[in-house]
Amino acid sequence: MEIFLQQLVNGVVLGSIYALVALGYTLVYGIMGLINFAHGDVVMIGAMVTLTVARLLSNSGLPGPLIVLLGLLAAVPTCMATGYLIERIAYRPLRNAPRLAPLITAIGVSILLQNLAMMIWGREYLSFPQIIPSHAFSFFGASISTTQSIIVIGSGVMMVCLSFLVKKTKLGNAMRATSQNPEVATLMGVEVNTVISLTFILGSALAAIAGMMVSAYYGIAHYDMGFMLGLKAFTAAVLGGIGNIEGAVLGGLLLGIIESMGAGYLGTLTGGVMGSNYQDVFAFFVLILVLVLRPSGLLGERVGERP
Amino acid sequence: MPNRPLFIVVAAILAGCAKHEAGSELVVRIGSVAPLTGPQSHLGKDNDNGVRLAAEEINASNLVIGGKKARIEVLSEDDQADPRTATVVAQKLVDEGVNGVIGDLNSGTSIPASKIYSDAGIPQISPSATAIAFTSQGFKTAFRVITNDRQQGEALAQFATAKLHAKSIAIIDDRTAYGQGLADEFGKDAKALGANVVAREYTSDHATDFTAILTSIKGKHPDLVFYGGMDAQSGPMMRQLRNLGMNVAFLGADGSKSPEFIRLAGRSAEGAYASTPGMPLDKMPGGQAFIEKYNARYGKIQLYSPYSYDATRVMVEAMKKAGSAEPSKYLPYLSKTEWQGVTGPISFDDKGDIRRGTVTLYQVVNGSWKAIP
Repeated sequence: MEIFLQQLVNGVVLGSIYALVALGYTLVYGIMGLINFAHGDVVMIGAMVTLTVARLLSNSGLPGPLIVLLGLLAAVPTCMATGYLIERIAYRPLRNAPRLAPLITAIGVSILLQNLAMMIWGREYLSFPQIIPSHAFSFFGASISTTQSIIVIGSGVMMVCLSFLVKKTKLGNAMRATSQNPEVATLMGVEVNTVISLTFILGSALAAIAGMMVSAYYGIAHYDMGFMLGLKAFTAAVLGGIGNIEGAVLGGLLLGIIESMGAGYLGTLTGGVMGSNYQDVFAFFVLILVLVLRPSGLLGERVGERP
Repeated sequence: MPNRPLFIVVAAILAGCAKHEAGSELVVRIGSVAPLTGPQSHLGKDNDNGVRLAAEEINASNLVIGGKKARIEVLSEDDQADPRTATVVAQKLVDEGVNGVIGDLNSGTSIPASKIYSDAGIPQISPSATAIAFTSQGFKTAFRVITNDRQQGEALAQFATAKLHAKSIAIIDDRTAYGQGLADEFGKDAKALGANVVAREYTSDHATDFTAILTSIKGKHPDLVFYGGMDAQSGPMMRQLRNLGMNVAFLGADGSKSPEFIRLAGRSAEGAYASTPGMPLDKMPGGQAFIEKYNARYGKIQLYSPYSYDATRVMVEAMKKAGSAEPSKYLPYLSKTEWQGVTGPISFDDKGDIRRGTVTLYQVVNGSWKAIP
């Protein structure tokens, strides 16, 4: 039982990270109908910047959580700027182009960011200094560390704030208007370009936070870490219904739990025929199932093609 | 990706051409193959440095082969630790007409490449491929200067059961030829010695999240976790193991015994065990001198550079004895090698495996690897 609980905790922590990254995909898709494949690499930039600051300050005598917070203060603006530049350079000139064109530039930007990171930070795995005191407290026999609880609570708070922002504020109104019909939104006095830029900046800030969490939790960062993470988070967004904020959260959590349970129990259940080596397969198996059975995702609405 | 290895090769070839025109000097070209990009690039660079250090020393000592003044030229190639790339690189080196090859680093790459070298009749000495299959394919050209996994798995199982008194063991591997082969050997020997294998889990050589498999292992309460794979995984794995509150012994093999492992695992590295084939370097005649030379030239030794250094010396020694750098002429002399290397005495059995291979065990004490007497 305690092992089951522990796997559940692992799954929820992993799922919270997926959900946070998935929100970035879903925000951009909801507004522009574009899949920003470079989003995973923005997460990587966030992880790298936090890690660099943490390494510089690890011997300064400052308390660990403060160092991580300072790292985050550097990572969030860096990622915001990256997100803004990506939109300005790679997507805005193609706004009226066929939908395939921005998809290709998205992949191009992703490769560009990876290679830039490789040139700046090198191709080795970088280790995150162990500065956060790791108290583990017991929850019905499952151990939960401070880092894990911060990840889950932090992600939860972010998601609630985002949901509030989109549903209750003026900016949220403008975002939803742009999403429904950019031309009419312009006629109503919405600065569509500003709204889209802000959406990218917002998504990138979430990516920076996710990057900090990933590198602090696993203790490691690498220039191509964003690729797989991005793909999994994209799967989570599609699973929940892309373009839907609650869907991204649900999809992320579900995917995290499915992966963790799958890796933990598949070997025992199949009597060793399939083992934990199939861990990464689950995410994509789930993606295929959802696309076949419910193409609009769990919480997505069946909508007609955009005019 | 920026292609540094290619640049080095081009530079080497250009330099070679210039020299060819200059005089009657014999140019011996030795290929050095290792992953120079990707998660294992620190180990690949280390291997390549070992070859280069040996070549520099040999060149400085006025090498004469068959009465002719000769010079070693190293052609470095990147196999990306990928079996497919390894065959492409092997074919490239064969086409360029190298006299011999030191490589590859991994078992998974050395095995497919060995067929190509064997077909071309070019001797290949792997400094670090430990999988049994590498020398058991019947190729006359495949050699290694490192203890193989049968010997290493046996020594590790002995250590786990006799010294650490492990009764129930969990085994993880990275599904590469090396990791899986070693884990299988270890599991077989540990069972034969009376231990119980309670969990067998898998990951990949690109993974970073091991919490799910470690949790599953936690539920089976082993006294020891064994990992067959490289440091880029075992380092973070060790950290996650301790974060899950598991205070079991952790045993890795040669892929984990590096400074990189300690860096990646951080404070959690303390107390971890790992093995390396051969004797502790600082105990070997000439070992201390090698450490100093290497440190002065390239910095810290990661893992296998002493082996790639020895492999290069052994190959050139055979050429000297044969009086020729022609592969077919010096190959018979290579099989009859008797050489006192920095990693120990080197001679080959009829398969190309090193004779009297030994294994040394290490533990992390106060942030560095210490040999266990």
